Amino acid sequence: MTATWAGQRARPGTVGTGTIRADAIPKSRGDFAFSSDLYADGMLWGATVRSRYPYARIKSIDFSAAAVMSGVRCVLTHHDVPGRNRFGLEIRDQPVLADDAVRYVGEPVAVVAADHPEIARRAAEAVAVEYERLDALTDPRLALSGVGPDLHDGGNVVAHHRIRKGSAEPAADVVVRGVYHVGTQDQAFLGPESCLAIPALDGGVELYCSTQWLHIDQDQLADVLSLPLDKVRLTLSGVGGAFGGREDLSVQAHACLLALRTGRPIKMVYDREESFFGHVHRHPARLEYEHGASADGCLVYVRARILLDGGAYASTSRAVASNAGCFACGPYEVPNVSVDSYAVYTNNPPCGAMRGFGAVQSCFGYESQMDKLAAELGLDPVEVRLRNAVGTGSAMATGQRIDGPAPVAELLRRVRDMEPPAPADSSTCDDVLMPGGAANTTHGEGVRRGVGYGVSVKNICKSLGYDDYGTARVRLSISGGEPVAEVHTAAAEVGQGLTTVQAQIVRTELGVRQVVVVPADTRVGDAGTSSASRQTWISGGAVRAACEAVRDRVLRIAAATLGAELSELWLADECVRSERTATDVPLAELLGSTNVDETRVFRHRQTFPLDPETGQGDGHVAFAFAAHRAVVDVDTELGLVRVVEIACAEDVGRAMNPPAVEGQMHGGIAQGLGLALMEEVQVVDGYIQNPSFTDYLIPTTLDMPPVRLSILEIPRDDSPYGLTGVGEPALLSCPAAVVAAIRDACGIDITRIPVRPEIIAGCA
Amino acid sequence: MTSFVQPVGLDEACEAKAAEPDLVPLAGGTDVMVELNFRRARPHGLLDLTRVPELREWSVSDGCWLRLGAGVSYARIIKELGGHAPALATASRTVGSPQIRNRGTVGGNLGTSSPAGDALPPLLATGSTVELVSVRGNRLVRIEDFFTGPKENVLLPDELVAAVWLPVGRGPQQFSKVGPRNAMVIAVAALATALDGESRRVGVGLGALAPRPIRAVEAEDFASWALDWDGGSGIHADVAARFGALVAGACAPIDDVRGSSAYRRHAVAVLAARSLRWAWQEYRKDKSCG
Ligand SMILES: Cc1cc2nc3c(=O)[nH]c(=O)nc-3n(C[C@H](O)[C@H](O)[C@H](O)COP(=O)(O)OP(=O)(O)OC[C@H]3O[C@@H](n4cnc5c(N)ncnc54)[C@H](O)[C@@H]3O)c2cc1C
Repeated sequence: MTATWAGQRARPGTVGTGTIRADAIPKSRGDFAFSSDLYADGMLWGATVRSRYPYARIKSIDFSAAAVMSGVRCVLTHHDVPGRNRFGLEIRDQPVLADDAVRYVGEPVAVVAADHPEIARRAAEAVAVEYERLDALTDPRLALSGVGPDLHDGGNVVAHHRIRKGSAEPAADVVVRGVYHVGTQDQAFLGPESCLAIPALDGGVELYCSTQWLHIDQDQLADVLSLPLDKVRLTLSGVGGAFGGREDLSVQAHACLLALRTGRPIKMVYDREESFFGHVHRHPARLEYEHGASADGCLVYVRARILLDGGAYASTSRAVASNAGCFACGPYEVPNVSVDSYAVYTNNPPCGAMRGFGAVQSCFGYESQMDKLAAELGLDPVEVRLRNAVGTGSAMATGQRIDGPAPVAELLRRVRDMEPPAPADSSTCDDVLMPGGAANTTHGEGVRRGVGYGVSVKNICKSLGYDDYGTARVRLSISGGEPVAEVHTAAAEVGQGLTTVQAQIVRTELGVRQVVVVPADTRVGDAGTSSASRQTWISGGAVRAACEAVRDRVLRIAAATLGAELSELWLADECVRSERTATDVPLAELLGSTNVDETRVFRHRQTFPLDPETGQGDGHVAFAFAAHRAVVDVDTELGLVRVVEIACAEDVGRAMNPPAVEGQMHGGIAQGLGLALMEEVQVVDGYIQNPSFTDYLIPTTLDMPPVRLSILEIPRDDSPYGLTGVGEPALLSCPAAVVAAIRDACGIDITRIPVRPEIIAGCA
Repeated sequence: MTSFVQPVGLDEACEAKAAEPDLVPLAGGTDVMVELNFRRARPHGLLDLTRVPELREWSVSDGCWLRLGAGVSYARIIKELGGHAPALATASRTVGSPQIRNRGTVGGNLGTSSPAGDALPPLLATGSTVELVSVRGNRLVRIEDFFTGPKENVLLPDELVAAVWLPVGRGPQQFSKVGPRNAMVIAVAALATALDGESRRVGVGLGALAPRPIRAVEAEDFASWALDWDGGSGIHADVAARFGALVAGACAPIDDVRGSSAYRRHAVAVLAARSLRWAWQEYRKDKSCG
């Protein structure tokens, strides 16, 4: 470290200070431009023809009627894909436009461009696709057992991960078993898929879009379009939420194909219904568990078999299945482990990344089991968790020693010891705060209170040997007599507050007041994905490294100019300060018209693939932990739930922007509550039954309770500023805690989320 | 879409509808616009009723009938009519969100005639009457005769809903609905109960429990008979349970994404027993005070 930042920490807009996001006010006022607001002169509108069947052979596509409609500019099918008609994050197995067969309802078959969106939609309806229907495979258990058609070469098992640790035949005093199910959750981001593709003079394309990872889109698009990378240029537009649902391509390839064919800008926007077919969902899961413990409640073994339905294409199923397996035992010391986690192909909607990424499903399983174990042993649910909680130095199920902070016991104690909310009182309490909300269903009849706990663990950053890095460019120049730092990365701001954090880092490192975060695009190096709770760590690390390089150059310039030793110079208050002479030289004076421009790449420490037979190995960079306490009122006769309060304790390493950390926690809790109680894409025989916000229910303000947060900041020694990723942990054990509280209130076993009122009321 | 007609009076609206019967009336638009957005409907034209002042008025005649214009919003019903139409006001509070309640109307709820329309059980429970209007004149239709099937009703192509007539001041009323979310939810089961102290009748209207909104006549008869109107003693648990069972028996619910038929029956039985108690409690209190 060459510079001091004493006295700078408390400066507004630096790391650790509450900093208002530049997008906060425009977003609340409705002024923020999302990618669905993009516009270009002369643009055409794209629309998509989608499969009506879960599984069918395409016999013919007749678009003659559509092509001659007035205002229709072109209709494209798989014959018009110049490059490779496949995309995918792990395996390129998904057609851009279906060729021989369709494998799920809603799969894109053709795209249309027209002068007006309504003409485009009508033309899409007029495309006649002749199908030969095939027997659909929609039961993941059949897919696993090998029954039914192979949907892809190599069979229907996309992933099978094994973890074997300790003895194969461990002996335990008590054994609890359970089978649990998690329904399909949708990311339900508010901004539907949208983009604008503009053909460029050099034969390439400029794409403005919403995504979580510009460079992986670019890479796939270049192959699809058969263009060199430098002719596929992407710029991030206003992203209306992501949660994993924007990792896979949606509109991007279609819009580029249409733009290159018509020579006109193409705009595509899905409506809400199409959006349900336009992105992957959270994998529905079936989890079989057996836990063995000693009489005093110490875990002896965990056996688990986890089956994830990956749907028609691979997306990120391999990594999700791996995560579900790696975290199947939770944040507990378990000497003997046998876990098999699978993902299979079916003719259901494709599933992939969503906040929590496999660890959410497992958490519902293992935390349900911990409660069962506590009940079996007559122990308090928190106590049984405390007896088994991992700490620094403990081994995870994969054998990896936790070398960073692991304050699991502390987090549990914190939520347990928070003051409980006031008891329900129907005479004084506003009726909208009773189960049933404003709908006048109870005046206290049938209402019982319950309390439940959950604790969770998840990896932060990419795992299993993946070469994960971020790139940042920082440029310091003088403008209007003032130093201005410009920071440029390809890291996607998806609403998490990344832009603000980048600016905070620059202010902290360079001490300049004016920081401009330029739009993310592919003109700068890869930033990696805005997922896995990694972006502040990785791109934040790259920004800091670039700032250090800029500072170093500035001080070298100063040393040369002033004839001073490098070691006696500091950067502070927009000046270079000499310790020896106690003089300040303003940056404006020192740099004049010189620009200092540095680009740096940041990598987290190396990880390694797990042993394929035993699943043992140092596969992860870091582990994050959170604990939840849920308090619910349940109308046990009607099966209605009102969550009274959720408390969450989380170790964040360093709260870079404290209100943003709280925001992530509030949001994670809301999404977890939604999964526990109402959010489910209902799929029957491959058909989504509720593709709209009329029937895909997300929590409203009347469903979201007050939240109590306890934020620990135990710094890591391997991350920038000691931070840990905060995007996911607050969701993970929220569903488990809510369900535990419902069980506590009504005494019935609940094995599936979302919990439906009929289950609680006992009349499924 | 070829036409957008904006009459400024009821006569003009009727004339427009008679001239072009396939014009789709537009009140708050909270159903119509959803149909358009989802492209389930591509109407030939719209008849905007929001500038027809007659539809936005309500009045009480002789202290016993409330005439509620078809275009009065839920927000106004909540604010202005809690005393005259308590069940309808409670139902209005449960409709959608503040935005929907600012725009949505009872006329629109009748126009859509969804089996789950929240304004409809209170109209059934209170024995209300719908007033229809056309260039041919006005006619009155009893609410239980208004619905003919799921999203079907007796409106003729040239007719509009002018108003609804609700009896007022007859006794306590309750409305309750069940859904898997605490707000902004389509009813999985809804029930309105209205006590009429003069005629000693209990009215029950049900939503989301049959192909159309219905009354539970047997349950009404039973409760009207079983309640101790003179003595005003409390409701025996058996009476409440029997009432609940009869209400459930009147239903013909479906299984769908929102809930199972078994749950719908169960939930309405619970709600019925609870709301009869609440209404009766209030009745006894009013009686002892009055
Ligand atoms: C987000 C959301 C939430 C909702 N929640 C609920 C809810 O909780 N409960 C509920 O019951 N409904 C709900 N609805 C549906 C809707 O708000 C109601 O049905 C409302 O009463 C419709 O009234 P409107 O004035 O908006 O009708 P419009 O949409 O204008 O019209 C509805 C129908 O009635 C016809 N119509 C309107 N006025 C007349 C008239 N005077 N004469 C003849 N025909 C007429 C129209 O042609 C159309 O067919 C919701 C809708 C949305 C979008």
